[in-house]
Amino acid sequence: MHLMYFTEQPMSAYDEKAGRDFGATALMFSNKHFDPVAGSRLYNNYIEQYMLAEEVGIDGIMLNEHHNAPFCMQAKANIFAAILAGMTKKVKIVMLGNPLPLAENPIRLAEELAMIDMISKGRLVSGFVRGGGQEQLATGVNPAFNRERFEEAHDLITQAWTRTGPFRFEGTHYQHRVVNPWAVPLQKPYPRVWIPGVISKETIVWAAQQRYPYIALNTSIEQTKKIWELYDQVALQTGYVGGPENRGYLIQVHISDNEDKARENAKQFRWMQGEFTGLAHPVWSTPSGYGSPTNRRAFVEFAAGRAINPRGNTSFEQQVEDLRIIYGTPDQVVKKLKRILEQTRPGILALWGNDGFVSQEDSLTCIRLMGQEVFPAIREIAKSLDLNSPFDSNAPVHLKYSTDLKPAKAAAAE
Amino acid sequence: MAVDWASSTIEAGGTTLHVKRGGRGQPVLILHHETGTLDDLPFYDALAANHDVIVPHHPGYSRSVRPDWMRSVRDIAVIYRGLLSELKVAKPALVGLGFGGWIAAEMATMGPADLSHLVLVGAMGIKPPQGDILDLAITGYMDYARAGFHDQKAFDRVYGAEPSVDQLEMWDICREMSFRIAWKPYMYSQTLPHILKTMRAPALVVWGDDDKVVPVSAGKRYVEALPNARFEIVKACGHCVDMEQPEMLAKLVSAFIAGR
Repeated sequence: MHLMYFTEQPMSAYDEKAGRDFGATALMFSNKHFDPVAGSRLYNNYIEQYMLAEEVGIDGIMLNEHHNAPFCMQAKANIFAAILAGMTKKVKIVMLGNPLPLAENPIRLAEELAMIDMISKGRLVSGFVRGGGQEQLATGVNPAFNRERFEEAHDLITQAWTRTGPFRFEGTHYQHRVVNPWAVPLQKPYPRVWIPGVISKETIVWAAQQRYPYIALNTSIEQTKKIWELYDQVALQTGYVGGPENRGYLIQVHISDNEDKARENAKQFRWMQGEFTGLAHPVWSTPSGYGSPTNRRAFVEFAAGRAINPRGNTSFEQQVEDLRIIYGTPDQVVKKLKRILEQTRPGILALWGNDGFVSQEDSLTCIRLMGQEVFPAIREIAKSLDLNSPFDSNAPVHLKYSTDLKPAKAAAAE
Repeated sequence: MAVDWASSTIEAGGTTLHVKRGGRGQPVLILHHETGTLDDLPFYDALAANHDVIVPHHPGYSRSVRPDWMRSVRDIAVIYRGLLSELKVAKPALVGLGFGGWIAAEMATMGPADLSHLVLVGAMGIKPPQGDILDLAITGYMDYARAGFHDQKAFDRVYGAEPSVDQLEMWDICREMSFRIAWKPYMYSQTLPHILKTMRAPALVVWGDDDKVVPVSAGKRYVEALPNARFEIVKACGHCVDMEQPEMLAKLVSAFIAGR
């Protein structure tokens, strides 16, 4: 089992009332509400949190990036990854991930990631994402080609990492005269790639076809099970059997030595008014061409205010009931997490510990209890359930490095 | 008098187009907005009273299939020149509405002597010297469609006060195609104003005085760029002149084509 700490790095110093008055906290919500003095303090708070996470024995630190919104301060995940590469010694730096379609030059990303891998002495996990709809608009990238750019940038980056240069790359969206970066990853064949996602089927299928672990982001137990059902089915068609080493899960969990305080702090997981990526106009979060055409009809009805959000919008109490938000003392938290582990069997688990206006003191307490009490217990449970991470089972980095592929029929019979 | 309209699918330049045609007289090719087009509109009927009116649905819009390879508005212009030769229509008048105006202007640059008249109505395609073209990408479906009208009652007459889910879905499909071919720079060409200098045919540039989609400054820029152009402002009217004041626009266009 690989166990990680995650925070969205909230810009909690923004004027909450201004967001409510404007009616949105993303994309077009003015950056005049960003305070760089608070920003400087908060960035350094987050570094302190990550350093403690390593000190208390957490396996990995999960990083991400977003743009134009207070819910996440990381505009470039590689910056924090580079800082951690130099400042930490043991933790895996798990980027979930770099939004590939946003890159106009993926070779630059390949170089940055290779540098992070070398400086960290091979501790990089290089996850990739499509980026949310708002990220495309914030960076001026065409949402209609999002998935094509994602797959093509992935091919270019992995080639830049594994093929001897120089070579030429002539793609549909990327053309490069010379691919010959003088920074290549330390880990061979290349750093592990994990693919986080919320629900989109195309991404689950693609991840399973590559044999990349898929990290379900705060989905309900039922949704998570459906994701693994689809992943395992594609795995069988591809010639391998899916297992815990292909499965990751991120969940909002706040830990405290006091249950009441834990509950109060856990309410901060709802600080973006129930929205994952800040409150926004639906066409900003799902610009035309970004979503799956099969969801088009349901989406336009929602966007025009005629139907409820197809992604669902539930209360704090309901989310606690559904085990999408967990809070409490270490014992209470472990009991609930055990149920999730038993039912969904992931080999990678990330706890999203702190959000919104939770104080630095309470955040650090949460991390300490996570590393010293919750994770040791989870490790024992994982052992008894045989939940191995890709590191534990030495899983191939990509399908093409598999040595155990079977024809689809034989794999299905197992 | 009711117009005898006929609809068909026509292969042109390797793509299949839905085309509606009706009326008699001088051929007029009408190019619709980036929001697609309804099958029937009073403007089409009014113009077909004394012209041979051809209304293709742009590739990837409304009833025409999307060619995945298409990457620019110029591609559509080339396809339409192919359509005209397929239909054996020589020297038509082009009437470009909004986004369709951009396509018409591109067509005009490809064969300056191949058309009789060019009419641009609230046309996109040129960077407005003042103001910006309204951005589809950050505007809701209804807000965007309604922004095309000065009088919201005119919108209600065309689409209904609460457009159907089919209509919303169609707007999304049209949007996606607009992103595929006109994302950056958004809804204009940096070279178009320069190459428009080659135009020979007379041009009429029409703008609603309350156009909230394409600033009127773009219209003035078109008039400067076109060697033989006249500017006409329609009062109390938004961007979609064809849908808001169809009779008035048909009258202007007919008089212009007749040389009056």
